[in-house]
Amino acid sequence: MRQQRETPHTYWRMVWKHFRQKHLAVAGLAVTLFFFAVAIFAPLLANDRPILVRHSGQWYWPIFSGLERVGPYHWKELKRDNLPRIYQGDLGAPGDFAVWPLVPYSATEYDLLASLEPPTVQHWFGTDDRGRDVLSRMIYGARISLSVGFVAVGIAVSIGILLGALAGYFGGWADQLVSRLIEILLTIPTFFMIIAIIAFLPPSIYNIMVVIGLTGWTGVARFVRAEFFKLKQLDFVLASRALGASSARLIFVHMLPNAMAPVLVSAVFGIAGAILTESSLSFLGFGVPPPTPSWGDILSQSRDYIEFAWWLTIFPGVAIFTSITAYNLVGEGLRDAMDPKLFR
Amino acid sequence: MANYIIKRLLQVIPTLLGITLITFLIIQLAPGNPATLKLQMAGQGEMGESAIAQQIIQQTKELYGLDKPLIVQYLLWVKRVFTLDFGNSFKDHRPVLAKIAERLPITIQLNVISIVLVYLIAIPFGVYSATHADTFSDRALTLFFFFLYSLPSFWVAVLLIMFFGGGDFLDVFPVYGISSIGADSWPFFRWLTDRLWHLILPVTCLTYGGLAYLSRLTRAEMLEVIREDYIRTARAKGLSERVVIFKHALRNALLPIITLLAFLLPAMFGGSVIIESIFSIPGMGQLGFESVLSRDYPVIMAITTISALLTLVGLLISDILYATLDPRIKLE
Repeated sequence: MRQQRETPHTYWRMVWKHFRQKHLAVAGLAVTLFFFAVAIFAPLLANDRPILVRHSGQWYWPIFSGLERVGPYHWKELKRDNLPRIYQGDLGAPGDFAVWPLVPYSATEYDLLASLEPPTVQHWFGTDDRGRDVLSRMIYGARISLSVGFVAVGIAVSIGILLGALAGYFGGWADQLVSRLIEILLTIPTFFMIIAIIAFLPPSIYNIMVVIGLTGWTGVARFVRAEFFKLKQLDFVLASRALGASSARLIFVHMLPNAMAPVLVSAVFGIAGAILTESSLSFLGFGVPPPTPSWGDILSQSRDYIEFAWWLTIFPGVAIFTSITAYNLVGEGLRDAMDPKLFR
Repeated sequence: MANYIIKRLLQVIPTLLGITLITFLIIQLAPGNPATLKLQMAGQGEMGESAIAQQIIQQTKELYGLDKPLIVQYLLWVKRVFTLDFGNSFKDHRPVLAKIAERLPITIQLNVISIVLVYLIAIPFGVYSATHADTFSDRALTLFFFFLYSLPSFWVAVLLIMFFGGGDFLDVFPVYGISSIGADSWPFFRWLTDRLWHLILPVTCLTYGGLAYLSRLTRAEMLEVIREDYIRTARAKGLSERVVIFKHALRNALLPIITLLAFLLPAMFGGSVIIESIFSIPGMGQLGFESVLSRDYPVIMAITTISALLTLVGLLISDILYATLDPRIKLE
């Protein structure tokens, strides 16, 4: 038992050792972690409420407690009175102060008087046609991108592993069935089908995740199927079978852990693909329902003001490009690091 | 060989049925049914009377067989697919096939140009990278293509329009349609330059992704082939490096690259949907996009089915070609 646990540990340690030598892949990993942090801490990075308030000798945490006001002023009035900055002045009593987040705007807050402003000291990435802060929308958009990427790929990987394992393990008609299914999904114009299905369903981020997941499992299934074909002839599998292990035990306990390397690689590439699909859908107007912010949605707005509003095009585009590139770099680094030729 | 082809052809049958089943299910998935939807659309016009409305529902139901059980509906749909009868568009009541036929040449034109460009540019770069593996220029090229590959095409399209299509920056290229107004009556040469001028931006958007992908693939395939024994033999015979690379190595490396063509087709169509709607190009992609927006079911189903059929034929041809050209492949 102990040995079983140690073997994968050293394998992953060796993968990490090879991965670490690839500077670009490590840079990609750093970027993905950065976007992760942005997504997780979005409410603390961009919010129309202060993080911390000192009022009449008391401490308040409006973002966490949902507090609407302290003293005579609503947060909005306070912000309008002063230039938005991290420290705000007097709240009514001497010694009072408020600490706003780095971006003192929420993703959905309107200000029609400040619409379509190029980047300024207040709005670092400019504002959109409703005067919403672009940076704030992008920070919250990272949540959409990442959650769609991970959930869609989670669905795709689960289906791919299951069907690929069944096809590879049982062969015969199970393999025929799965192979035909893969062929069907390969021939159907996937992106067009996704648009059509999404357009028919009520607009929701969950539908997008599910549809991308349901159409994206073929790569994983093919890898797992191929691995299983190889694995099932190996001695350790034959030995377990001779000892009376059930098919389920053979598949999930003995074979699957040995087939995970290509799954992981295609999952990482899959995240890049899902982020791209989500942003393309939002760009075409089939994405998450408004006013939920999404990178593709900001880009799609930019088309109406394309003559001058470069900030609506450049910033969200760079965000999409950077995150896709980062996942692709990590995926490629992993693939190289897991190349069995390196372990010989 | 004959056995392999027959077996492969037999495998096409379940795939075909699967394609028809999936397109059929997409329609069933839609809220309401085509009949009531059509009624809603008609209701926006002058027909508000419920008696007339009921009549229209009934007619549409009969037309599409919606009053019959699901399995019968599916069989009817399969029959129509195989007779290439996709009915009439909800929008303008013209036969779907005619609508597609007038849009298809434009999409084919765009995609053929970009596929030819992809292959013409990608293969030399890939070969260069492979023969100069791990030099500075190879690393720079590989990295460049890697970034190119990750660029979302719709973003590139918007950037190109912003920087080259008027507005605050340069005004070099037209960003609307594939010809200037009145270009049909122009002399041929002028018409041609006008057309090419219009195609530059959209073709760029359709090309660069495949270019990046294919040159990376060519590099990998070439590196694989160069390690083979027969290349060492060719070198040992004293053949010039030129002959070794272009005659012995490239020909073998090209096999999987050429057969990849079939897989490029669905991706290209997906790209056409986005790029054609951004550049207002009246091709299949734009038709598809419009039909989704207006919920024109017959057109959606026809486009999905027809492009799936075309891709299936492409896959079949590439499999058979591969098996014929590469004797190492075991036909079991």
